[in-house]
Amino acid sequence: MAYIIEHGLAPKITVENLNFYYGDKHVLKNISFKIPENKITALIGPSGCGKTTLLRCFNRMHDLYPGNRYEGKIILDGENILEPKYDLIKLRTRVGMVFQKPTAFPMSIFDNVAYGLRLKGIKNKSELEDRVEKALKDAALWDEVKDRLNAPASGLSGGQQQRLCIARAIAVEPEVLLFDEPTSALDPISTAKIEELVVSFRGKLTIVIVTHNMQQAARVSDFTAFMYLGELIEFNKTEEMFIKPKEKLTEDYLTGRFG
Amino acid sequence: MKNSKLLDWTFEKVSFASALLLLIVLFALFVVLYKESSLSIHTFGIWKFITSKVWNPPLEKFGGAPAIFGTIVSTIISIFIAVPVAIGIAIFLTEVAPPFLKTPVGVAIELLAAIPSIIYGMWGLFYFAPFMRDKLQPVIHATLGKLPVIGEWFSGYTPGIGLLTASIVLSIMILPFTAAISRDSFNMVPDILKESAYALGATKWDVMKDVVIPYAKMGVIGGIILSLGRALGETMAVTFVMGNQPVIPQSLLEPATSITVTLANEFTEADTDLYLSSLFYLALILFALSFVVIVIGKFLFLKKVER
Repeated sequence: MAYIIEHGLAPKITVENLNFYYGDKHVLKNISFKIPENKITALIGPSGCGKTTLLRCFNRMHDLYPGNRYEGKIILDGENILEPKYDLIKLRTRVGMVFQKPTAFPMSIFDNVAYGLRLKGIKNKSELEDRVEKALKDAALWDEVKDRLNAPASGLSGGQQQRLCIARAIAVEPEVLLFDEPTSALDPISTAKIEELVVSFRGKLTIVIVTHNMQQAARVSDFTAFMYLGELIEFNKTEEMFIKPKEKLTEDYLTGRFG
Repeated sequence: MKNSKLLDWTFEKVSFASALLLLIVLFALFVVLYKESSLSIHTFGIWKFITSKVWNPPLEKFGGAPAIFGTIVSTIISIFIAVPVAIGIAIFLTEVAPPFLKTPVGVAIELLAAIPSIIYGMWGLFYFAPFMRDKLQPVIHATLGKLPVIGEWFSGYTPGIGLLTASIVLSIMILPFTAAISRDSFNMVPDILKESAYALGATKWDVMKDVVIPYAKMGVIGGIILSLGRALGETMAVTFVMGNQPVIPQSLLEPATSITVTLANEFTEADTDLYLSSLFYLALILFALSFVVIVIGKFLFLKKVER
């Protein structure tokens, strides 16, 4: 039924028999696979397949809304993050997230990037300045904003705002970074810049990226998970999956027979 | 073809006329108020009328200061009481309340806003004023009355009817309106923005103070100003409990008056042209005050929210 590769790499996140329900709706069905450490893993599939729902399990974003239920395990570094008592604040500083649309806060560029650091309790001004500068450099935004760090973030273009959100997410030095269709609201040039950034994190961070754009998955990811109707159909090295998919469904999707 | 064009033309003109009618009414109201008050305006002038504290109908001396003072002070006090509570309710409704409570509390607020203001006035006179006299007044004397400088504002023994009583009744009356408008502003904050803060490890309180309130600030301020406009013009809720004394009181506990209270009480007694004209003059001042407040609220603040 499904092909799940045993890659033998050190797993950062292990998903074991994960089921997820929104009220009565069974959204994720018995998903098991291992997300390798410091690699880029793409989640693809037609809309409604549950890829974003799965992504939002990794930082327990669903907990903000009522009527959801997890079953099974998501193991991050040996700990099951689905335990009801798991510290969500701690989880979310370890597992960062970048959203579909740029979500700059109504504050200055500097304060946006410093936000997560301040939440962590860092108050020292020079430390904040150093880490904001490093994050902005890592997000390839520093040269464009270094002269106007105190200007409101709303003045930046969409692509710049999205890089700001990436800077904000990496400033707290997470171990895992989740991307939820980060380029769906951007023009091709801005998209290319974001993709370059994602690739630049390879080897430093564990990346999980949801995309509806198959070419994007092929360009940036090491591993790809193909989902359909809440099930994980195939998880394989990206190259192998795109050249020679193991499952008929995957092949049909990749060749555009549905989607 | 010709028919449909004619229909289109008629439709356009009729809807334009309806819109124009509203502007004409507004303008006509202003003209009537101005015309009726012109005798008083010529007799007392603008500055003298606004600053004169004497309102003595038998002597034909009319000064607007007590009424204007009462209107502005009761409005400001009621806003100071209502706004923190209203924002608390709005925060509770948008961010804290479990879903099964959100709808009933939300509906209750809208119902409260729909209660005719005379009912607040009756409640104020028959229940709240005695409560004020017997229970609240001693407490106020013992606490606020002991403060330096402003202590004097909370002194004196009264039958429970006065500026502060009216302000409190007024604050209860505008509370649901302010809460509803603040809640609507908070609801306009996109979920994805709040999620972004949660995704960085923020607590509910962090998200509230760093994202929701700054984002919704303009809308809330606009809402407060619209509430101010409502409080300025409110008549029935305060007529019963203000006391109708045309003086500027030493203490907030003492009876006073406001523009609306004066108008509601004295039109039937206005036996001379100058008296009647002075009442219209007060109405004109209230019209101008409300107009300015609502224009500021709508265009300066709510405009920016829509952007």
